[in-house]
Amino acid sequence: MINRITQRMQALKEANRKALVTYIVSGDPTPDVTLNAIQELVAKGADIIELGIPFSDPMAEGPVIQRGHERALAHHVSLKSTLALVKQFRETDNETPVVLMGYANPVERMGYSEFATAAFAAGVDGVLTVDLPPEEAVGLNKALRNVGLQNIFLLSPTTTVQRIRDIASLASGFVYYVSLKGVTGAGHLDLGSVKDKLGHIRQYTDLPICVGFGIKDGNSANAVAEYADGAVVGSVFVDKMGTLENESSQTIVQAIGQLAAEIRYGLDGY
Amino acid sequence: MNDLTNSADIDYSCFPDDRGHFGIYGGRFVSETLIFALDELAEMYQRLKDDPGFQAEFDKDMAHYIGRPSPLYHAERWSQRVGGAQLYLKREDLNHTGAHKVNNTIGQALLAKYSGKKRIIAETGAGQHGVASATVAARLGLECEVFMGEEDVRRQSLNVYRMKLLGATVNEVQSGTRTLKDAMNEAMRDWVTNVDDTFYIIGTVAGPHPYPQLVRDFQSIIGREAREQCLAQIGRLPDVLVACVGGGSNAIGLFHPFLNDENVAMYGVEAGGEGVETGRHAAPLSDGIPGVLHGNRTYLMEDQNGQIIETHSISAGLDYPGVGPEHSWLKDLGRVNYVAVNDDEALAAFRELTLIEGIMPALESSHALAYAKKLAQSMSSDRSLVVNLSGRGDKDILTIAAMDGIKVS
Repeated sequence: MINRITQRMQALKEANRKALVTYIVSGDPTPDVTLNAIQELVAKGADIIELGIPFSDPMAEGPVIQRGHERALAHHVSLKSTLALVKQFRETDNETPVVLMGYANPVERMGYSEFATAAFAAGVDGVLTVDLPPEEAVGLNKALRNVGLQNIFLLSPTTTVQRIRDIASLASGFVYYVSLKGVTGAGHLDLGSVKDKLGHIRQYTDLPICVGFGIKDGNSANAVAEYADGAVVGSVFVDKMGTLENESSQTIVQAIGQLAAEIRYGLDGY
Repeated sequence: MNDLTNSADIDYSCFPDDRGHFGIYGGRFVSETLIFALDELAEMYQRLKDDPGFQAEFDKDMAHYIGRPSPLYHAERWSQRVGGAQLYLKREDLNHTGAHKVNNTIGQALLAKYSGKKRIIAETGAGQHGVASATVAARLGLECEVFMGEEDVRRQSLNVYRMKLLGATVNEVQSGTRTLKDAMNEAMRDWVTNVDDTFYIIGTVAGPHPYPQLVRDFQSIIGREAREQCLAQIGRLPDVLVACVGGGSNAIGLFHPFLNDENVAMYGVEAGGEGVETGRHAAPLSDGIPGVLHGNRTYLMEDQNGQIIETHSISAGLDYPGVGPEHSWLKDLGRVNYVAVNDDEALAAFRELTLIEGIMPALESSHALAYAKKLAQSMSSDRSLVVNLSGRGDKDILTIAAMDGIKVS
């Protein structure tokens, strides 16, 4: 079976469209919202669902996404329940790729091969482990490959040529270019630098490149679309989860969908 | 006293490997954005560590600014009272700023100076590392921001004020459990954002490579001095070394220069809090499992889902769910014995040393003292035991007074 990520990226390329990758945290603000939220994200134009696995110490996240992790953990959301959620999502959607994004410790606790097997069985397509750079990722990478899951890696403005090569040799699906030095939700896009760096990265890999960190709305999505194959948007959704925390599930889902539609519109208008 | 069968032929001075691994522990588990800065730091450290000019500068500061060597004090009255081995105290409490922490901040501040970065950041638990960082920043004219959990700010208000007097900004961390681990997360986030002009001074032998190595190397001055002092004062190496372990920097500093001495037994004392059996403690080596946190693989306190759990200790400086990766390796090898001492036992040791020797130890160091006492009682009086008295207890007076129901203001 061809991986859903590869399939989706190919279809988008043929249609000359860019991927909208949306990130929310599993179980944020409450576990009952997540399934409806990801279905709504897909309905409003998300191409790839990136689902954050809640962790007690999300070192690479800014304050907005940290609070998302804390809200989910307050409801005891775990890697196991996140996999159960993906399985539920797959009952009605067998097309949209799902990427799990998280930190090494919950995955290590489950065990690399147990995790890979369970994730594949649940219908996950790719895994991004923020704190596993290529030199520490070999074990998990192998476990993921064995079951046909793709391994997404981060590239940053400071990644050297040698590292781009090393990462490209392990990566599959797409590579995730972190547009700025900082945590999620911070700062502004430096388009000039994104343009230069992406041109550089393309010399070493044929994988699609999605750009994240600093994309906040339709305009910024539109701006990166000129150089990237896709835009990753997270903090604005998680921020909305926080501000509407006490509202009904329906209100939250609607607001998330509206945001996604705006960003989709910006991305398509490039 | 110690089973050395599987560790006797290891040369401990050859670790970590070039990627920062101590066996399966250590390494570099960080987001890609930080790799460049860590490579830069590792490269600079490799270049400078054997550079005579750099070493001379470090030695000069150790002697004239910190007041080293710190004494090795034979606590005769306490030894007599305990009735057993002779107890020697390595007096890190007499260092400028009052703890072993400054050995490392002097070293890292020198690295910061060589790197040309104008701003330093640090995380702190008890506040000793924060004070030591603020101190070196003041002396070098560097901007300094210290990250400290809200809970620790409350417990250690004297040190917070000391940092402010020294010109540092104290950033109160309100995420997670609001203690040292969250302060470290926040410092990492600051570093990744301001990596071009900021040097991150990690206070313990944890974090991504090369931190566990370079902090150990700077702290090893403790053990090198103790070794010479034992030979001069006792006429031979000590039988046993004892040190408290939170992140583990004072312990590794004392232990490391003795690791190849097979006949020297070593004990690392973790914070048993309300008792290891209650689950309310800060003793990952006694009751944790290996995992990944703060850039390295090491023993951690976590739940069955891999979430890091809250720790409990009377001593803010030991209140940490992880431990330096080299300790995890030494535990598995059986080279060092790791044990735990409860809050109550540590408090009793604090009071005893204060009354008998006129030395007020930090609550962190009191854990080591409590275990040393137990060990000494089982040894004969011609044996010797060195305890690392890693810091002085002035910072803990408000905590002790509160327990006595006394309001000091």
